[in-house]
Amino acid sequence: MNKPFAITLNVGSSLANKTGSWRSFRPAYVNRLPPCNNACPAGEDTQGWLFHAESGDYEAAWRHLTEANPMPAVMGRVCYHPCEGACNRGQLDSAVGINSVERFLGDEAIKQGWKFAAPAAETGKRILVVGAGPSGLSAAYQLRRMGHQVVIFEAGPLAGGMMRFGIPKYRLPREVLDAEVQRILDMGVEMRLNTKVEDLLKTMKEEKFDAAFLAVGAHIAKRTAIPAAESAKILDAVSVLRSMEGEDKPMLGRRVVVYGGGNTAIDVARTAKRLGAEEAIIVYRRTRDKMPAHDFEVEEALQEGVMMRWLSTIKQVGEGAIQVEKMELDENGKPVPTGEFDTLEADSVILALGQDVDLGLLNGVPDLSFEDGVVKVGENMMTGYPGIFAGGDMVPSDRTVTVGVGHGKLAARHINAWLAGTTYVKPPKKELATFEKLNTWYYTDADKTVRPMLDIIRRQSTFDEVQGGLNEDNALFEARRCLSCGNCFECDNCYGVCPDNAVIKLGPGKKFEFNYDYCKGCGVCVEECPCGAIKMEAEAS
Amino acid sequence: MGHQDVKFYQTGTFTVGNRLLPPEQRSVQSEIERTNSLNSGHRACQGCGEALGARYAIDAAMRATGNQLIAVNATGCLEVFSTPYPETSWQIPWIHSLFGNAAAVATGVAAAAKIRAQKAGKPLAETRVIAQGGDGGTTDIGFGCLSGMFERNDDVLYICYDNQAYMNTGVQRSSATPPAARTATTMPVGEHPGNEWGQGKNVPLIAMAHGIPYVATASVSDLRDLEYKVTKAMNMRGARYIHIFVPCPLGWGSASCDTIKLARLAKETGLFPVFEAEYGEVTNVSKIRQKQPVEAYLRLQRRFAHLFGKTPQLELIARFQAMADQNIRKFGLLGEDKATVGFPGSEHK
Repeated sequence: MNKPFAITLNVGSSLANKTGSWRSFRPAYVNRLPPCNNACPAGEDTQGWLFHAESGDYEAAWRHLTEANPMPAVMGRVCYHPCEGACNRGQLDSAVGINSVERFLGDEAIKQGWKFAAPAAETGKRILVVGAGPSGLSAAYQLRRMGHQVVIFEAGPLAGGMMRFGIPKYRLPREVLDAEVQRILDMGVEMRLNTKVEDLLKTMKEEKFDAAFLAVGAHIAKRTAIPAAESAKILDAVSVLRSMEGEDKPMLGRRVVVYGGGNTAIDVARTAKRLGAEEAIIVYRRTRDKMPAHDFEVEEALQEGVMMRWLSTIKQVGEGAIQVEKMELDENGKPVPTGEFDTLEADSVILALGQDVDLGLLNGVPDLSFEDGVVKVGENMMTGYPGIFAGGDMVPSDRTVTVGVGHGKLAARHINAWLAGTTYVKPPKKELATFEKLNTWYYTDADKTVRPMLDIIRRQSTFDEVQGGLNEDNALFEARRCLSCGNCFECDNCYGVCPDNAVIKLGPGKKFEFNYDYCKGCGVCVEECPCGAIKMEAEAS
Repeated sequence: MGHQDVKFYQTGTFTVGNRLLPPEQRSVQSEIERTNSLNSGHRACQGCGEALGARYAIDAAMRATGNQLIAVNATGCLEVFSTPYPETSWQIPWIHSLFGNAAAVATGVAAAAKIRAQKAGKPLAETRVIAQGGDGGTTDIGFGCLSGMFERNDDVLYICYDNQAYMNTGVQRSSATPPAARTATTMPVGEHPGNEWGQGKNVPLIAMAHGIPYVATASVSDLRDLEYKVTKAMNMRGARYIHIFVPCPLGWGSASCDTIKLARLAKETGLFPVFEAEYGEVTNVSKIRQKQPVEAYLRLQRRFAHLFGKTPQLELIARFQAMADQNIRKFGLLGEDKATVGFPGSEHK
């Protein structure tokens, strides 16, 4: 070869020098569990669907979301969003408004008429679902997706369970509920309304069901013995809320007293206000911070003029008035009577003291066990009787719509496996993407977008929905506040910050891979990854 | 931020790239097609800030000039780790002569490019020239040639990668080494451990005093700002100078993974002001986003370990803080403050 003056060797590239051999630790891409996903009782892949929403692909986001939960428009209104409580962004400025984005996606799906895909193949198995509440609907949806034939028996006149007969309209408009229920039925799920299962085993045998999922809820109001005048008007919250769905609205009078401190007490007091009560007073034996109701609901009720009487119990109900006794908390935080009494004017008293389960349909089913009036189920959601599964409010759990949906999904997976003679094994939990694993320098400050609230006057007199939704602009903004904890969002940081060009960018949607021939294992990519999706591992020596 | 051209976008606004940004707003470093001017296989240490800074800068210059670029390198780490004869990591036309003459060689290359353009009947040189070196080759050994290049306003962008000592030869102090720092020649012994508390030599300010068209400081911790400045410099003619802060894990005794973090802390403490100046006047500063005490920066480096021994040198740490605070005042690094540094020369505008 002809070389220039004074050159004796051919020019070579440094690519011949495999600097990867210097390495004692190697970076590796990981997917960690985002805290929102970890906290979701329905098992939603929140970070996963937000990822699609961030790019404005709302249909993909909705499809991803509905793999876990078929009712995002409902959920975006009634869920108590534990995801937001766990959100890492809460430690930066304020948690991502996951619930409001979920509602936006749910509403968008209804607006656009998006449908669920029919199952790819039929299995020929028939499954009975008892109860068309959140848990039953969720199980029916999941089982249908797996190709099973599903029949829902619902004792009531309409589907929805507590979503219809417990949660007031101002929190969940019925057309939203109807649309999301109908979409599940459109997959080919059969529903029989006004059909109460009296004898479960008989029904299963007659109609040749291979398995059953029970989700009858807890509809029976708990009572308490209060001395009352004959003419005193005492109602229970469950019946009042249920009768709101019928033709004849309940007559509560001008002064309504609600007894209890849970979300149902709040719901019924706010409903009484809207029905025209001048005064709606909640009587609760402990203090506000001890109340089981969620604080934002208490706050909204107070804004609407609902009054609270803490540390009080009802001793006696007379005509037009009640007697309450003041309580005080002892050193253990338990309320004890003080012997001081007060009189409150009241046209009616509504008891909101919790609910029991109607377990009548289980008469004659052997090998079941019960605890505190609910059915015990195993890890696999199966009762003591093979093939009969149960979930929602009738098993030991927190009684929320989201928990019910989660039970339905989990039970469906176990039923599916049980029918196939196998066992469903939950995939192992990934390592949690905690705040310390993030490099938050790369995220700019952006406060949460607050949803509009209905004018206070209309909240006191109408059943219009209290909380508005986000529009596309601010839903997108909100989705983009997601930090993508523990999962690569293709920010190119690792590709950019590598001093050795040892990160290969594979192109949109394909993410990155390491070129271990040249990676020296410095760890800069791990340190500068905003979302904690890379970790260092020791090289095998 | 001085040059955050990206529209408000929450998730990872400050990251290198972003799948949701329109292509024209993406950084050079986020492109699959970036030049990778300094290729893999170079022999820089793990986590080398200089290797990173050089690729950032030269890739940006390649895009800005449509790949019509020649780089002249001073002796130093960057030259030694990239080009052990006959092998090189450079994927661009590149020349190395001596330790101290990079600016002069670049002047010659620029003159040649100008003659070629004139012979072809074009008014301006089409091939652009960058000279680059470390702080030793720039602030000490090559300083005479550099000042001459400035004074003649030669059409060269000189980039100094400042890692604050002679790292290549075993960490000896340079005129860019900070006070109290341990180096091989300023051991932490005696009454005044580490480097002297002198005035140092602030070459960006000296460059400004030459009244040249463009002077800027930049950091490997702020890629977008760095790319903006290199691109801007390559769209100008005459003598230009960019001083890039590049942490050195070996010489500073820091963890290799902390390179960018240290650069970020240097800026956020105020110890390394990031600004740009035209014709001797500061025109823009990068504001501090999350102010940090100097201790956060110093503690990560073993070269300052003697400040944090059994009896912490509170007085010395306070002197560092005073330096940072002075920079914050002088350059207006916080809030709405304006810079108060400037030199005569704006009449050239």
